[in-house]
Amino acid sequence: MIPAAFEYYRPKDMAGVLSILEEHGDDARVMAGGHSLIPMMKLRMADVPHLIDLQDVGGMSDIEISSDSIRIGALVTQAEIIDHADLAKVAPILREAALQIADPQVRYMGTVGGNVANGDPGNDMPGLMQCLDAVFTVVGADGERDIPARDFYEAAYMTAREDEEVLTAVTIPLPNGGYAYEKQKRKIGDYATAAAAVQIVKDGETCSSVAIAMTNLSDTPIYSEAAGAALIGTAVDAVALDAAVAAMLGDIDPSEDNRGPVAFKNHVAGVILRRAIERAWSRA
Amino acid sequence: MKDEVTREERVDNLKGMGCSRKRVEDARFTQGKGNYVDDVKLDGMLFGDFVRSPYAHARIKSIDTAAALEVPGVLAVLTAADLEPLGLHWMPTLAGDKQMVLADGKVLFQGQEVAFVVAEDRYAAADGIELVEVEYEELPVLVDPFEALKSDVVLREDTVDENGKATDGAHGPRKHPNHIFTWDAGDKEPTEEVIANADVVAEESMYYHRTHPCPLETCGCVASMDKVNGKLTLWGTFQAPHAIRTIVSLISGLEEHNIRVISPDIGGGFGNKVGAYPGYVCSVVASIVTGKPVKWIEDRMDNLMTTAFARDYWMKGKISATPEGKITGLHCHVTADHGGFDACADPTKFPAGFMNICTGSYDIPTAYLEVDGVYTNKAPGGVSYRCSFRVTEAVYFIERMIEVLAIKLDMDAAELRRINFIKKEQFPYTAALGWEYDSGDYHTAWDKALKAVDYDGLRAEQAQRVEDFKAGKTRKLMGIGLSFFTEIVGAGPVKNCDILGLGMFDSCEIRIHPTGSAIARLGTISQGQGHATTFAQILASEIGLPADSITIEEGDTDTAPYGLGTYGSRSTPVAGAATAMAGRKIRAKAQMIAAYLLEVHDDDVEFDVDRFVVKGAPEKFKTMKEIAFAAYNQAIPGIEPGLEAVSYYDPPNMTYPFGAYVCVMDIDVDTGVPDIRRFYALDDCGTRINPMIIEGQVHGGLTEALAVALGQEIAYDDMGNCKTGTLMDFFLPTAWEVPNYETDFTVTPSPHHPIGAKGVGESPHVGGVPCFSNAVQDAFRPFGNMHTNMPHDHWRIWKTANDLGLHG
Repeated sequence: MIPAAFEYYRPKDMAGVLSILEEHGDDARVMAGGHSLIPMMKLRMADVPHLIDLQDVGGMSDIEISSDSIRIGALVTQAEIIDHADLAKVAPILREAALQIADPQVRYMGTVGGNVANGDPGNDMPGLMQCLDAVFTVVGADGERDIPARDFYEAAYMTAREDEEVLTAVTIPLPNGGYAYEKQKRKIGDYATAAAAVQIVKDGETCSSVAIAMTNLSDTPIYSEAAGAALIGTAVDAVALDAAVAAMLGDIDPSEDNRGPVAFKNHVAGVILRRAIERAWSRA
Repeated sequence: MKDEVTREERVDNLKGMGCSRKRVEDARFTQGKGNYVDDVKLDGMLFGDFVRSPYAHARIKSIDTAAALEVPGVLAVLTAADLEPLGLHWMPTLAGDKQMVLADGKVLFQGQEVAFVVAEDRYAAADGIELVEVEYEELPVLVDPFEALKSDVVLREDTVDENGKATDGAHGPRKHPNHIFTWDAGDKEPTEEVIANADVVAEESMYYHRTHPCPLETCGCVASMDKVNGKLTLWGTFQAPHAIRTIVSLISGLEEHNIRVISPDIGGGFGNKVGAYPGYVCSVVASIVTGKPVKWIEDRMDNLMTTAFARDYWMKGKISATPEGKITGLHCHVTADHGGFDACADPTKFPAGFMNICTGSYDIPTAYLEVDGVYTNKAPGGVSYRCSFRVTEAVYFIERMIEVLAIKLDMDAAELRRINFIKKEQFPYTAALGWEYDSGDYHTAWDKALKAVDYDGLRAEQAQRVEDFKAGKTRKLMGIGLSFFTEIVGAGPVKNCDILGLGMFDSCEIRIHPTGSAIARLGTISQGQGHATTFAQILASEIGLPADSITIEEGDTDTAPYGLGTYGSRSTPVAGAATAMAGRKIRAKAQMIAAYLLEVHDDDVEFDVDRFVVKGAPEKFKTMKEIAFAAYNQAIPGIEPGLEAVSYYDPPNMTYPFGAYVCVMDIDVDTGVPDIRRFYALDDCGTRINPMIIEGQVHGGLTEALAVALGQEIAYDDMGNCKTGTLMDFFLPTAWEVPNYETDFTVTPSPHHPIGAKGVGESPHVGGVPCFSNAVQDAFRPFGNMHTNMPHDHWRIWKTANDLGLHG
């Protein structure tokens, strides 16, 4: 558990970060909380000759709530998400999900930006951000660009972000309706056996819109449009729930690991989604 | 002289036995001021670390160290070729086998030590490891012991003669080159006959999975060879420092007086730190070679993947009974997977430990046990993880067999236990497999436990739950886990217990200081058990000086008397007895001094709490404090100055703590998630020295039991790759996963122990594992479940439900 030698940089501004990235290409990596990258370096599974610490770069530690959206700086920690009272009012699903990530010590260090940028299928925030239709802002030598969370993830650890770009912020349209983040895990600190993020809007007695995303059930987070479509226009009754679960199962592709075989994961994914929808609907 | 302190206050001031005295160790531990082996820092100290095999079974064609030696700070790379001239490329194991220190031509498990890189710091050592080039030729891998016993693949070349025929092992003939030993106990034919002719027979096969003690502090050492005076000092995480000193002397040829072994603070052991590991040998050799101190510290993956595992027992049982449920016979066969080397830490004559306690708490007239040890391509070990030798396996086996028999008899499992318990008046009781149980009162404990949890009420609630489940009103089942266990601890009588010929006595040496305080040194070593607190309490009650005035010291072989260390709950039964006996020697001399000072005959004074008083005249007395001063400073005719004593205690028998546990669990059938609603633990450890420490031990043991029962395992794939080498996959429960525990007790003192104590550190683990497991299994009993193997993690519980058709 000793990493290979590396150069450590702590630039004061983004220009400094980008110039190091430009110079070293994929030999350089940026680090926010370090709770994904450093263990990989210690295991010598990630070779990072040039490590760029973002802590001294300003402007990425704020949570800003406007009339139609929320902007979360990449260096905002999970603990800050949990502790932000106004955020809990306008988007309570963020707090509910963050409370199920790792443990308090990790949450004091782990950041939203790191969680979504790393591309680890086990991370909870990517699926959540897909559910919330977030947009990720990345900056590179050619300036800023926005990438929808639903288009960001290509494969495990492979994202639409280029090696020379830095993810700086997450912007979320203000969510509506009921919400739930449901996660089954073996113990505190574990990745999900299956997790579901649901945000659902009730119009009268029927569902008018819904977003559903699943975590750790494929090599990327899975935004299941089909599962949502199965609920829209229904009263979210047993038939609709069955259809949503069936649709979701068509979208995920879990693999066997120490948490269990594929059949178990599919079954639990269905149970977890069903519970998430029921809870979200009860809050809608 | 007027005494203004009441007798009761004098008793309280001692903080002796029975007092929930706060742990004296915690002042340093809670302030981060402990001194663990990794805190040892010496001038010029080097660091050593291992190149480890990525393969489970491979021939080593070559090792090239040239590139590693080019790394700045790397000083040396040791391989088996370097150790061979010293005869140290293999080392003896505690089980009578031998083990490679560094890979000698081949590797037998993933993570096996191949080369030892010595460098100026850890970072250089890690960089050097990356650059050692080892050429491997992969060999067929055996991870299944049953296949190993049939395979043409011979794992160990030293198990066959030149004709390829299996040679004799340390415990007799081998049945196959990959077979280590057969060990049996009891009467084979009579047992088979009883079972063949019985009215009711229940049979079950169960696998007690491989797991790991996983102490928070991993294993490590610092070796420092002083070439000027020829003395070797070895700091390390040793549960048995004196045994390590003797073993180092025997295998290195250094005279034992030139070796000083020091166990500093140890962050948990649970059996993982009993044996000797390649890291110790390599550190010593590296220090001799370089003339500098060398430190070796495992990381978490090293610890989980290579140092001693626990369990891995395939157990096949048959139990017979009358139609009324009276047990008539028990048969048990075990196939024991020992990995690549037999490095079990058991008393040497007991290659399967005390597995022959597997008749449990029951009066079973006829029994037979047979154990076959097998080599596979897995890490060596087989230690007793928070239990006496193989006792968790034995108790799990019998407590499952009882449940299976109850199903067969369609009988309540609590009642089945009750009618088969050894009765109070039967003690001392000689079991069918040979052990003499010293004492017990099982019926009282059982009745108290069942009453405390309202057992009948729980069964009624469970029956209703089953109805509701069948009616579709709930998806949660309710399990009631029962277990009644008898531990066998305090190894042990030298007549039948030794480790590599070292008798398993223990010791205590006491020096009373002139002003009435004291230091006592023992042959044991605390790893968190609180010895400095509890042994002082034993002495306080025995010699009448306050526990707060008594220092307890362990772990330095230059100062502590010889002892066999701390594991198998032996500290209180053996060293605790030595402490009491040494204290009584102090008291005997103090009596003579008191009589002289009070100008009466020795027989005319008697001990009273903290003093000797003249019989019939309690106003005439000498306190122990006064006596201590006189012992050193007053010429007393016929009595040597000083007040010291030493006792070496060879126990006449083991002690047999017992307990009654009940677990109530709700199980989500759809996700496999268990929720422990209630856990009640009644322990009878005989005389209770410190109730608070006992409660702490029970909480810790139950938590490790929960871990093992519900998910903690060392698992391998077919290629022998360890799948659980980090704490992401190896289940270590946190406060979040742990339920509230209710503790309770009865007191049945050991009749042969000087203070009647029996040991408690491991009981909760021994009794806890079957209790948690039985709760899971009991939930599914109404749907036809007989037995499912641990660990009961989510997916295996889900699978049980799925196999029973509960998912529709």
